[in-house]
Amino acid sequence: MSDKKNDKSKVRIDAHSRMPTTGHQWDGIEELNTPLPRWWVWTFWLTVLWAIAYAIAYPAWPTLSGGTSGLFGWNSRSQLAQEVTELNVTRAPIFAKLKNASLEEIEANPDLLSAARMVGAAAFANNCAACHGVGGGGSKGYANLNDDDWIWGGHLNEIRTTIEHGARWDTDKATHSASMPAFGRDGLLTADQISILADHVRTFAELPDAKAPTAEGQKLYDDNCAACHGIEGRGNIETGAPNLTDAIWLYGSDKPTIISRIKNGGGGVMPAWSEKLDETTIKALSVYVHSLGGGQ
Amino acid sequence: MARSSQILKRMTVSEISLSAIFIALAFASAFISIKAYTPVFAFHAALFSLGSLASIFAIVTHYRLRSSEPVAQMIDGRPNYNYGPIKFTAIAALFWGIAGFLVGLYLALELAYPQFNLDLPWTNFGRLRPLHTSAVIFAFGGNVLLACSFYIMQRTSRARIAGVIAPWFVVLGYNFFIVIAGTGYLLGVTRGHEYAEPEWYAILWLVIVWVTYLFVYLFTLAKRTEPHIYVANWFFLAFIVTVAVLVLGNNTEIPISLFSSQSVIVWAGVQDAMIQWWYAHNAVGFFLTAGFLGIMYYFIPKRTGRPIYSYRLSIVHFWSLIFLYIWAGPHHLHYTALPDWAQTLGMIFSVVLWMPSWGGMINGVMTLSGAWDKLRTDPVLRMLVVSVAFYGMSTFEGPLMSVKAVNSLSHYTDWGIGHVHSGSLGWVGFVSFGALYCLIPWVWRRQLYSLKLVNWHFWISTIGIVFYISAMWVAGIMQGLMWRAYTPQGFLEYSFVETTEALHPEYLIRAAGGALFLIGALIMVYNIYRTIASPMMDLSEDIVLSPSPAE
Repeated sequence: MSDKKNDKSKVRIDAHSRMPTTGHQWDGIEELNTPLPRWWVWTFWLTVLWAIAYAIAYPAWPTLSGGTSGLFGWNSRSQLAQEVTELNVTRAPIFAKLKNASLEEIEANPDLLSAARMVGAAAFANNCAACHGVGGGGSKGYANLNDDDWIWGGHLNEIRTTIEHGARWDTDKATHSASMPAFGRDGLLTADQISILADHVRTFAELPDAKAPTAEGQKLYDDNCAACHGIEGRGNIETGAPNLTDAIWLYGSDKPTIISRIKNGGGGVMPAWSEKLDETTIKALSVYVHSLGGGQ
Repeated sequence: MARSSQILKRMTVSEISLSAIFIALAFASAFISIKAYTPVFAFHAALFSLGSLASIFAIVTHYRLRSSEPVAQMIDGRPNYNYGPIKFTAIAALFWGIAGFLVGLYLALELAYPQFNLDLPWTNFGRLRPLHTSAVIFAFGGNVLLACSFYIMQRTSRARIAGVIAPWFVVLGYNFFIVIAGTGYLLGVTRGHEYAEPEWYAILWLVIVWVTYLFVYLFTLAKRTEPHIYVANWFFLAFIVTVAVLVLGNNTEIPISLFSSQSVIVWAGVQDAMIQWWYAHNAVGFFLTAGFLGIMYYFIPKRTGRPIYSYRLSIVHFWSLIFLYIWAGPHHLHYTALPDWAQTLGMIFSVVLWMPSWGGMINGVMTLSGAWDKLRTDPVLRMLVVSVAFYGMSTFEGPLMSVKAVNSLSHYTDWGIGHVHSGSLGWVGFVSFGALYCLIPWVWRRQLYSLKLVNWHFWISTIGIVFYISAMWVAGIMQGLMWRAYTPQGFLEYSFVETTEALHPEYLIRAAGGALFLIGALIMVYNIYRTIASPMMDLSEDIVLSPSPAE
């Protein structure tokens, strides 16, 4: 109480604002006893009123088994369901066209082809571009889809199979599961042998700085690689073994890269898109990829 | 934690017991270091061990140098304020500030040119990003808060800070926590919770430091010679108490082993997400808002020499702010697995929070009435006032973005980054700079070297902030619109990578803005260096405290 009396005795009227101070002082700081700004109070209560109204109109209060559902019965799940339904209605005419046509029929019919390319382009941008690039140009370790060099086959059906089941995708039994052995890591070949083999492989594509083919290299190739990559190194889509005789290299044609591939083996992984995309979208994607430039 | 009180009564007992604790800690951490599963954890345990040894050395040295009498509480009728820990944290704040801004700039460049990731784990965006956020929020902001709160609490209580070792334990212990956390991020130790990345052992240490901080605060207030507790101290107390609760809630975790840096949090799924955003939102509310409002409530009236505009407003907005903030976290989880009712509550509490937030702005800005002319002559005051303006803008933008319809566009976009930076660069940064420009000359008893350089700092950094936030507004809204764009046939119009490519020019402008902000801060460091290097003023305290020194 004595404090309060003290405060009152120190109350003064501020000359500028004509407001009384509270009489308190800390390190020279005083406080005015200005009332709350009216607009501030009113805006505050307005937001409170709005909040109450909103909480009545929309789901807002927890109950034992969930929460209140609000006056309009709105909830985010049904909003999502409704938006998906609307989207499907918009897409329906195009999907209807594509649903019952075969891949070949789609390619043969300009109207169906343009519809498939539209669906395929959108699906490609949102699912495939992250690895294969926006234009399907690929990058190191991710196949270029514009050229005519196909790891798992470039015919319409083959492309569809690859999209549906992916490559080395464990949860899909029909996935392309073949994989290159890790010749170095698993001790199948010595470092010297791998080096000789790498030099020899580089002769297939007649790379400008390739060394002359050697008998030893040829023997190592025949014993270890030919089963998948073929006697002439032209590859095999059954095993996903790339063609080694052309100018297209998935990981690179320099010797250290080739050594690393032989040493570590393995191969890229692609998801089985049938786990995520519907049949018609995959069909459209197959046509789209086939039409990028390299389809066979 | 009762030791802070014991320090006052029986100095030697606390010195002996603390030394014993640190000896035990040194041995325990050396043992853990030897048995650790990973080199990083061994390194951190070794740091704990070395830190403990350094603490013992410091305690013994202090014991040998000090006089046998306890430190005088008053000298010549004036409180014998303890400025040592304040000076340490003020310098630490500048150091961490520059470090944090620099990392931020580097990250901006990484976003514009991914080559800057350098294909190295330590410089990867994922590791540097928490280094940036923690460096600016907890290292820079935290040290500013420690410096200012220790200063303001002593001055407005007219009492020397409680404890002898305790205040030093708080400031050194806190900075040790920062070193552990920061090196951990670079070396790959993280909990993966935003703004709550430090692992269990760092948090355990932080909790000890933080509880000591609370006790130092409470004991100093308890021995105050002023009849009332100043409003700044309410805000600091709310900040200290709530941050303790938040950290404990969001770190309810079980270490997988005493010899491992890893832990498992007890919350799962959406509960984990909810606790995380309850924590993170209130880190903004109580660390970056309440704490810095405490700073504003001291330095603006002090610098203008005017009374606080409205005592009533300070009471009403304080209580409404701390009551409402704590509920607003769910607005970070709109349109997620969080139940709709929780999302609604997060949104409406955010909107109601608008006016309580603005109460602080009104009190800050209106305290200038009667002294507006000082804005022309005093760039330090201008910095403080512009910080309050940015505070007002961010606390309007925040409720706006919490509205679901707006959030469905703004969420996950760079708009969020822009919003955060208008608050952190504009409000937290500028109020900190303004406060340090006042505080450092006052505690070192120096004349500020150059107001002209403060003016340069002010303008360069303000332009930097404007670059930054306007680039992020444009980027964020463009990004949001591109993500939701459909073709008339019902297919998404853009791939994600196209939206990323479209942001490149804005990312460059953002980096330029960040560079300007950093340049401003470097000018400040030079100015402060020249200030401290200048001769001490042989003047009475009141003249040193005069807010606008003659140019």
